[in-house]
Amino acid sequence: MKKTPNQKAWFMVLPVLILVSFSAIIPLMTVVNYSVQDTFGNNEFFWVGLEWFEEILHSERIHDALGRQVLFTVIILCIEVPLGIFVALHMPKKNGLWASLCLVLVALPLLIPWNVVGTIWQIFGRIDIGLLGYTLNQLGIDYNYTQNTYDAWFTIIIMDVWHWTSLVVLLSYAGLRSIPDAYYQAAKIDQASRWSIFRYIELPKMKGVLLIAILLRFMDSFMIYTEPFVVTGGGPGNATTFLSIDLVKMAIGQFDLGPAAAFSLIYFLVILLVSWVFYTVMVNMDKENGS
Amino acid sequence: MAKITLSNLAHSYMDNPTRDEDYALKPVNHIWEDGAAYALLGPSGCGKSTLLNIISGLLKPSSGKVLFDENDVTNDDTAIRNIAQVFQFPVVYDTMSVKENLAFPLKNRGLNKEYIEKRVAEIAVMISLEDILNKKASGLTADVKQKISLGRGLVREDVNAILFDEPLTVIDPVMKWELRSQLKAIHQKLGHTMIYVTHDQTEALTFADKVIVMSDGEVVQIGTPTELFEKPAHTFVGYFIGSPGMNILPVEINGNIAIINDHKITLNNQYGSLTGKIELGIRPEFVTFSNDPNALPVKVNRVEDVGHYKIARANHLDHDINIILNDGDEIMDGVVFDKEKINIYADDWRVTP
Repeated sequence: MKKTPNQKAWFMVLPVLILVSFSAIIPLMTVVNYSVQDTFGNNEFFWVGLEWFEEILHSERIHDALGRQVLFTVIILCIEVPLGIFVALHMPKKNGLWASLCLVLVALPLLIPWNVVGTIWQIFGRIDIGLLGYTLNQLGIDYNYTQNTYDAWFTIIIMDVWHWTSLVVLLSYAGLRSIPDAYYQAAKIDQASRWSIFRYIELPKMKGVLLIAILLRFMDSFMIYTEPFVVTGGGPGNATTFLSIDLVKMAIGQFDLGPAAAFSLIYFLVILLVSWVFYTVMVNMDKENGS
Repeated sequence: MAKITLSNLAHSYMDNPTRDEDYALKPVNHIWEDGAAYALLGPSGCGKSTLLNIISGLLKPSSGKVLFDENDVTNDDTAIRNIAQVFQFPVVYDTMSVKENLAFPLKNRGLNKEYIEKRVAEIAVMISLEDILNKKASGLTADVKQKISLGRGLVREDVNAILFDEPLTVIDPVMKWELRSQLKAIHQKLGHTMIYVTHDQTEALTFADKVIVMSDGEVVQIGTPTELFEKPAHTFVGYFIGSPGMNILPVEINGNIAIINDHKITLNNQYGSLTGKIELGIRPEFVTFSNDPNALPVKVNRVEDVGHYKIARANHLDHDINIILNDGDEIMDGVVFDKEKINIYADDWRVTP
């Protein structure tokens, strides 16, 4: 069939272009705009070039926040992924009331709004009225998340695990359910051990969804704001001030729009870079499998 | 290798089966002779996979026993039974190479490295996988994957039987022939008992020494391909095997006379007086057109050319009759049956004269 080139077809993408402009490009450009200017009020701005970027890149405060952020993300990934797989492996395999009930129970934490989760744990951990905080103290454990750095971290990590392990469970469970029975039967005939079944059948079949789970959990935890903010407000001191919390402090608390904008852009690029690496790895793996 | 005995074996997927229909597999007694090639033939959902899974131990039967030689293995695990099974969809361990796949069952049994190496090489040659031993198993085509699953069964020297659960379903037609002939060659060489489940009659008839035909959870006939063709024990077998299947006509029997709507056919044998639903079965291959005044009058509706022969679709009153035409046969107004090949059925079961 002969195709006639028709440049007017470009107009067909116009609506999308307009939509994306308003939803992403224009707001992002505003941030870019702030990041290269300074102001002394009166809505007067003057050009500062890359000064803010330099300042942010050399700021010890940001380095510390980044360090805390990376530590937090690594810890929760190390807990949530294995735990999620473990729970998924023990979910009921047959369809039925029991399986549905388990799924609903597992999915429940995912349906609770972020700041409600924060509030739940803020109250749960309080030493005067919170079930967790009060019980621990009655047991003779000196627990106080508002004063002790480790206790604050402990609370926030447990909260994140409680809130988000379900996501890993659901994705892994979906991956497990897609494995045909014949694989398990063949493994039985081959006398494979439980570990071999996991290592050679379940894990390879779950690989795709697991990578998505890790990617989602990485992005979400790297941008975490609401829950720790509600529980600890970033404290004690700056102990739980993660990147987002710090960013909000800088932009709205101190009203340093220039540095905050530069900070946002660097933050955005870091997440984009890591996600891109993930995506590339995933696509390459699919190619390798030929499917 | 072993003789496999099924004694009063039955299975239901329900917890408390009461009626006959509740059983996916109705009581069956059968002895699978050591070293023979069997085919389990039947339409989808007739219970053949259930029977296969009971033999391999993936399923525990509701009642009855499975014996390997004289040992009762009914409650034994699959692993202990030493069975190899090839499934409908190829099962390979994706992350392993072809070689590791073949070595896997031996490794799990804790055999030493040199032996595994030697044995895998031997089997690879037998199923012609020696050139791709170091390739990853995941990217291969379905027929090669199916060979790998077969190979994983063959590497174990002590396998009692090899079971095939419709193994060629997902294979291209050309590769089907090749794989099937390779299977036959392996059977002749190694002499394993082989049980082959299929719903394809050509596959069953070309592969097996003996074919077990199943319908609705019931074994309706066990016989050689010739027996199934010439003396189907049940109208289902007559209809299911052959293309087209057997012509079945309701008749009345009086001694050696069969009466189809006032038309009399003299039979070779005496049947006495039969009760119930009486039918006459004759394969289309044994029906010929004739101008004889005693021939059964038919009306031909159409003739189908299927390549190496033609099928005439005709009817006598409201009963369909298919006739296979050989080269040079002419279409006429009547048909006669080859009397040697007529079978009489009472309530669907063949009557022995």
